[in-house]
Amino acid sequence: MKTFALAGNPNCGKTTLFNALTGATAHVGNWPGVTVDKREGVYKGGNENVNIVDLPGIYSLSPYTPEEVISRNYILGEHPYGIINIVDATNLERNLYLTTQLLEIDVPVIVALNMMDEVEKSGDKIDAKSLENALGVPVVEISALKSKGIKQLMDRAVAMSAERKGTTVLKGVLDKQLETACAFYEAAGIKSSLFHAVKLLENDELELERKGAKQAFEEAVAGEDLEAVIADERYKYISSNLAFIKVKKAGKGVLTKSDRIDRVLTHRIWAIPIFIVILFCIFHITFSEDFLYIGAWAGIGGGLPALDDLELSEGLAAFVGIFYDGAVFSPGVILFNIFDTIFGLITDGIGGAIQTEWLSGLVADGILGGLFAVLGFLPQILLLFLFFSILEDTGYMARIAFVLDRIFRRFGLSGRAFMPMIMGFGCSVPAMINTRTLADEKERTATVRVIPFFSCGAKLPILVAIAGGIVTYFRVGNADLITYGMYILGVCSAIVCVLLMRNTTLKGETPPFIMELPAYHLPGFKNLMLHLWDKTKHFVKKAFTIIFASTVIIWLLSHLSWNWHYIPDEEMQNSILASIGMLVQPVFTPLGFGSQIGTFGWVFAVAALTGLIAKENVIATFGTLGACLISMGAAITGNADAILADEEGVTAAIAMIEATGISIPALIAFIAFNMTTIPCFAACATAKAELPEGKFKLTVLLWLLSSYIISAAVYTIGSWWWTLFIWLAVVAVVTTFIVLRNLGKFDILAIFKRKKKGEE
Amino acid sequence: MIKLLSDFNAGDRGIITAVRGEGKIRRRLFDMGVTPGAELIMRKKAPLGDPIEITIRGYELTLRKAEAACVEVEI
Repeated sequence: MKTFALAGNPNCGKTTLFNALTGATAHVGNWPGVTVDKREGVYKGGNENVNIVDLPGIYSLSPYTPEEVISRNYILGEHPYGIINIVDATNLERNLYLTTQLLEIDVPVIVALNMMDEVEKSGDKIDAKSLENALGVPVVEISALKSKGIKQLMDRAVAMSAERKGTTVLKGVLDKQLETACAFYEAAGIKSSLFHAVKLLENDELELERKGAKQAFEEAVAGEDLEAVIADERYKYISSNLAFIKVKKAGKGVLTKSDRIDRVLTHRIWAIPIFIVILFCIFHITFSEDFLYIGAWAGIGGGLPALDDLELSEGLAAFVGIFYDGAVFSPGVILFNIFDTIFGLITDGIGGAIQTEWLSGLVADGILGGLFAVLGFLPQILLLFLFFSILEDTGYMARIAFVLDRIFRRFGLSGRAFMPMIMGFGCSVPAMINTRTLADEKERTATVRVIPFFSCGAKLPILVAIAGGIVTYFRVGNADLITYGMYILGVCSAIVCVLLMRNTTLKGETPPFIMELPAYHLPGFKNLMLHLWDKTKHFVKKAFTIIFASTVIIWLLSHLSWNWHYIPDEEMQNSILASIGMLVQPVFTPLGFGSQIGTFGWVFAVAALTGLIAKENVIATFGTLGACLISMGAAITGNADAILADEEGVTAAIAMIEATGISIPALIAFIAFNMTTIPCFAACATAKAELPEGKFKLTVLLWLLSSYIISAAVYTIGSWWWTLFIWLAVVAVVTTFIVLRNLGKFDILAIFKRKKKGEE
Repeated sequence: MIKLLSDFNAGDRGIITAVRGEGKIRRRLFDMGVTPGAELIMRKKAPLGDPIEITIRGYELTLRKAEAACVEVEI
């Protein structure tokens, strides 16, 4: 089967063409060593089936971005049968710049002239036939969006002869230099000598690594700066030689549609408020339990009745409960509830059908419960994905980066890092995957690592339960204020962590920000759906493997005693997990929920451990543990039924507070710990996949350390206000140390070395 | 008169005379069409004053002032 590589600029319709060509046969993998999507598929529309490999969107074949290196290595190393170069006809000049480079390689090239319909709409004309004559390779007009011209394109592609010698537009300008450089590569027996020769003259990093290349470079270039000359010549060729191809309609309008949209969306004053509103709408549609604030508005009058007050039959109440409870749910929550209800029915059905108690527990709660806890988030994750893909595809995401870059540069990040971070407030999984839009590897690593600090939707119940417990039991403070405070704490921790990493382990210059602002256009429905389908497959696969395994292990630990006997929920205190909780309890002493809260203190440690499966498990565990505490004889005013009935977990939290006598600062430290520590297994698995190789272990360590330090600070400062000064002093010392070290004035290694020498 | 692109105001236009800066940034600028001889128009600054947006070779490009300072333009 012939293999064709699809190459072209970003935003030129390449993905659309790929989808049109391959349809359902496409599958996504990774290019070796980097987290850049590698899409492959089969085109079945012609006489013979053709394999299509989608190269990442690139502007050039210079070796400065991972995408460019991948494309270059693929074309030169994997020898595809030919290259389909997709060119955006509305932006010929810059798009053909890449074409002039592709033509230098010894490989058949066919140019697909995309978006011809838009060119015609604007009244311009492009003469494809003349372009074909000028370039010397086939040129076919297509419309990827409307699937027009695709058969013709592929028929001509397949008909191309397998051999083609590279040609360059630099002929007649740099003949002498090219000849010298070409001779070097031909002598070494390297294919595509012309391409390599031109790159060498461009002072290309990858070419200069070759043995003897440095010498050949100096000989050919003779001290001239050819880099600028070559880039200039390419553009000159395009603008002068190809001028006749594009006939512009006279008196073109000054403002295009894109300009008009841009005037509003990147307005000096309105840009940021508009962005905040859009972001708010996305989160509202995905996560709000009071859609359009109907419940709140009604509350001004008589208010809407709660679900329990409607006095519906049980089945009807379950159905209505999907959509409504004193307020109308947002589409995201409704989807979540539908999944949740179906999963609940399956779990109950299967669990009830199995008579053996331990087996029923293992299957229903352990296996299915764990799996569904993760899969239950899928609708909301996908909804978030959908919105952000739309923002990306329309071109708005690039504008957001443009608007916010200034702020993020201070932390050594670019404006692009903002989106993944803000997505973290919804769910860490899509947020981490979205870091692929970041070009710089260090920037990506830093961003993935701090995403869990942006408290996700599943962590909110922990906040609500404990904050509720504090307010009800101690009769101080305001639950909302505590919750907001914790969100702010998370964001501050993220900022501090990024600053710390960018100045120590992930040091490096701020990546350059030279980016195209693509014209706005409507996203294609098919593209969006295929994109979502990819993500779904990916997530479900992960849910069934790593997440599934970890979930079952945690369940087994919490339901088995040391002599391998099954333990029901109410006797969790005898489980292996409980003993682990008791064992590690002293570790949490500096955080306020360790040894000082007595014999029942292990419940906090266990709750934190079960949070690894999914953070909302922490609250479910609270309920179980609250009931456990009663059966263990702790002095608690509530009863077991009330604790288990309260889904928000406030009653359980109060029971735990009563049993342990834990202080307010320690409780807040507990929330802080859960918010900033290792995220759920789903997020861990995603982080492992998205981080560069070997960075995952360090990342877990960072999560553990940072959550420990943050919680310790919260606890000590909350308990003894004057410790604030000690913490400030420590921060000052660390900052000074890092600053001095980065200035090169202070080298701890050198001091150690000196000491050693002294000892000798 | 030669002026640095970073000193441009919205609406200014000119022809690039030289592109300086270190390897990576310079290469990137070339690849994006910022080469000597090209005509550009400064469109606007971001709401916070930086980066800037220019029109060059028929499309919109954004770059930071620090990078724009590598570009010399004849106005």
